[in-house]
Amino acid sequence: MTRKGADIVIEVLKEEGVEYIFGHPGGAIMEVYDALYRDGGIKHILTRHEQGAGHMAEGYAKATGKVGVAMSTSGPGATNLVTAIADAYMDSVPVVFITGQVPTHLIGNDAFQEVDIVGITRPITKHNFLVKRIEDLPLILRQAFYIARTGRPGPVLVDIPKDITQKLSDVKIPSLDEVKNSLPGYKPHTEGNPQQIKKAAKLIMSAKRPVLYVGGGAVHSEAQKELVELAELMKIPVTTTNMGKGAFPELHPLALHMLGMHGTYYANMAVYNCDLLIAVGARFDDRVTGKIEEFAPQASIIHIDIDPASISKNIVVDVPIVGDVKVVLRKLIEEIKKEGAKILFPEERQKWIEQIEKWKKLHPLTYRKSDKVIKPQYVIEEIWKATKGDAIIATGVGQHQMWAAMFYKYSFPRQFINSGGLGTMGFGLPAGIGAKLGRPEKEVFVIDGDGSFMMTMQELITAVQYKVPVKIAIINNGYLGMVRQWQELFYEKRYSEVDLSVQPDFVKLAEACGAVGFRAEKPKEVREIIEEALKIQDKPVLLDFHVDREENVLPMVPAGKSYRDMILEDGKKGVDADTMYLVG
Amino acid sequence: MSELNSIEAPTPMIRETKKGSVRKHIITVLVRNELGVLARIATLIAGKGYNIEGLSVGETHEKGISRMTIEVIGDDVVIDQVVKQLRKLIDTLKVRDLTDTPHVERELALIKIHTSTPRARDEVLRITEIFRGRIVDVSQSTYTVEITGTEDKINAFVELVKPFGIMEMARTGKVALKREMANTEEDTSWK
Repeated sequence: MTRKGADIVIEVLKEEGVEYIFGHPGGAIMEVYDALYRDGGIKHILTRHEQGAGHMAEGYAKATGKVGVAMSTSGPGATNLVTAIADAYMDSVPVVFITGQVPTHLIGNDAFQEVDIVGITRPITKHNFLVKRIEDLPLILRQAFYIARTGRPGPVLVDIPKDITQKLSDVKIPSLDEVKNSLPGYKPHTEGNPQQIKKAAKLIMSAKRPVLYVGGGAVHSEAQKELVELAELMKIPVTTTNMGKGAFPELHPLALHMLGMHGTYYANMAVYNCDLLIAVGARFDDRVTGKIEEFAPQASIIHIDIDPASISKNIVVDVPIVGDVKVVLRKLIEEIKKEGAKILFPEERQKWIEQIEKWKKLHPLTYRKSDKVIKPQYVIEEIWKATKGDAIIATGVGQHQMWAAMFYKYSFPRQFINSGGLGTMGFGLPAGIGAKLGRPEKEVFVIDGDGSFMMTMQELITAVQYKVPVKIAIINNGYLGMVRQWQELFYEKRYSEVDLSVQPDFVKLAEACGAVGFRAEKPKEVREIIEEALKIQDKPVLLDFHVDREENVLPMVPAGKSYRDMILEDGKKGVDADTMYLVG
Repeated sequence: MSELNSIEAPTPMIRETKKGSVRKHIITVLVRNELGVLARIATLIAGKGYNIEGLSVGETHEKGISRMTIEVIGDDVVIDQVVKQLRKLIDTLKVRDLTDTPHVERELALIKIHTSTPRARDEVLRITEIFRGRIVDVSQSTYTVEITGTEDKINAFVELVKPFGIMEMARTGKVALKREMANTEEDTSWK
């Protein structure tokens, strides 16, 4: 059947099961918007800025595991997507970005709204394409979806010149096999090497003080069942990274919660003292390891990851296993069971579990409570209680993000949606909207900072337009709080350019947009307004929490330092040797 | 507690970190000849803060498949990362660091030498013959010499003819292939 290139775009998106396009139209992409209008089969969310479209597609993808789609025009439309593309690349989020481009005969001419977006995004995409012939269009689009969702997921950009969307062609949509065969250089390994799996099983059974260190890869491959089974079978405590939250239920007795810079005392102590570290879909990021020479210094390391380039990148590992986390864990469990599932040093293992319990009691995750000012951690705890621990949480970047990571207890994968790698302020609101559209049955809470919120707050009106009932909790301290905290701790309180106390009246702002706004200034109002917000299900609700302005995120391992240099929850610097080391 | 406090803190344990030596590596990459593939590879290497010292690209016997030979000076550990990331690129089919693998390598250079006196012409001709080069262009005052061989051989030739005056010079950068030997195991890495 002969049809326009623009119609082919819509046809392939439908073939790929796309439910939503997040985007913003413009000159070079108008044909595709026309095809979208004529077809009517895909819902489109008109964002107020292309960055919002990118983060919404990410939030949708992170919440559902499906490929998100963001679309924009050429030039500024495309460059506005760049932050979201980089964000998706760092956090391995499957998103297909479609950009319009000036007609092929004008490419390279400094035409109106022309930019070399393929060149710009080359280092921040898993792959990208410029479509030069209409005959290639359906194959390229299908390749884009295939590459985005398989292996280590990631963003793929397809740049389509306007004349390609206007040309007519009867080219067929290729089958999935044809797509695979067209990519001879792309074959992700999922199975894991059986010899290495055997070695890993032996190490796990003979370890005295093992720890599982679980990252975002376990969320992508949805391996919660396997993780819980392995941890319980072999009595292994589990710490999760920021990206790995929800991969292991945090109320489980073996849960150590987060490790690293703002990790718990007990997670960091466990990692410091372990003799076997089992890294699962994690990449030894500097925010996790701190000073690399003192990271798990006594441990042998098993590293399971789908990306061969992640292995031995920052730290040499003893047993590398390239494969899909879920598949490899399943095989590992079977191998352990085949060997009798014996813990070779049961007494040591028991002592290890007890030691961790001691650490948990010594320095639990806590904060100084108050009945006069609202403590930010208190707000998160109350949100957790009011939503019965079942809400999806999306955050911006900064102190509020870390408090949301620490004080909400996550129990299922894809529950905690935040910008971990790139650390993009302004990620929260659009990502939360995308998540709510993808998972309408779940309560979605955006936990944002006042600084972060203001970077993408135009999307509030998008949420109103499409009646997306997200809840937006602003942890409002009138500061760029994380920068202020570093200035307090490392720059002798020279608060350079972090004061945001001149700010809009957020409640009125919500009302001006047609949303609902509430404010809490006293601790007793916190729970009240959360309960009020939860009653509203036809529009977004903004909750403005005026919190203690100079509260810090603790514990904290200063950047590049060892876990020994951890600042504890009472602000005391350094860890006592007698509590830190396993002496005797 | 006080008793425990009196225990000296053990010296912190140190994990061995990787440090490689910095040297020249020669990497051979088989690629699909797609739009932007060269830029993609160059971007990746530049992104590690390394300069490409030599580069040659040409189509192989298979249509649409090219071989690139890349010379880059860098830390062994970082180069290992570069190789792994090159393998991840969608358009690369095979990537191999040949540095420590037996291989043959050749380079070609064209050198335009100032030869206005009969003595210079004789001398350059003689050196060219010794190096098994060829004179491919002659003018009243110049010879253009074609010479192939290893990097060292070409460097030696350049040193010898420098006193006559080199007017222009073009070098291809290395091409290299792995040596086939009876006991060589096939590379089992995934790409």
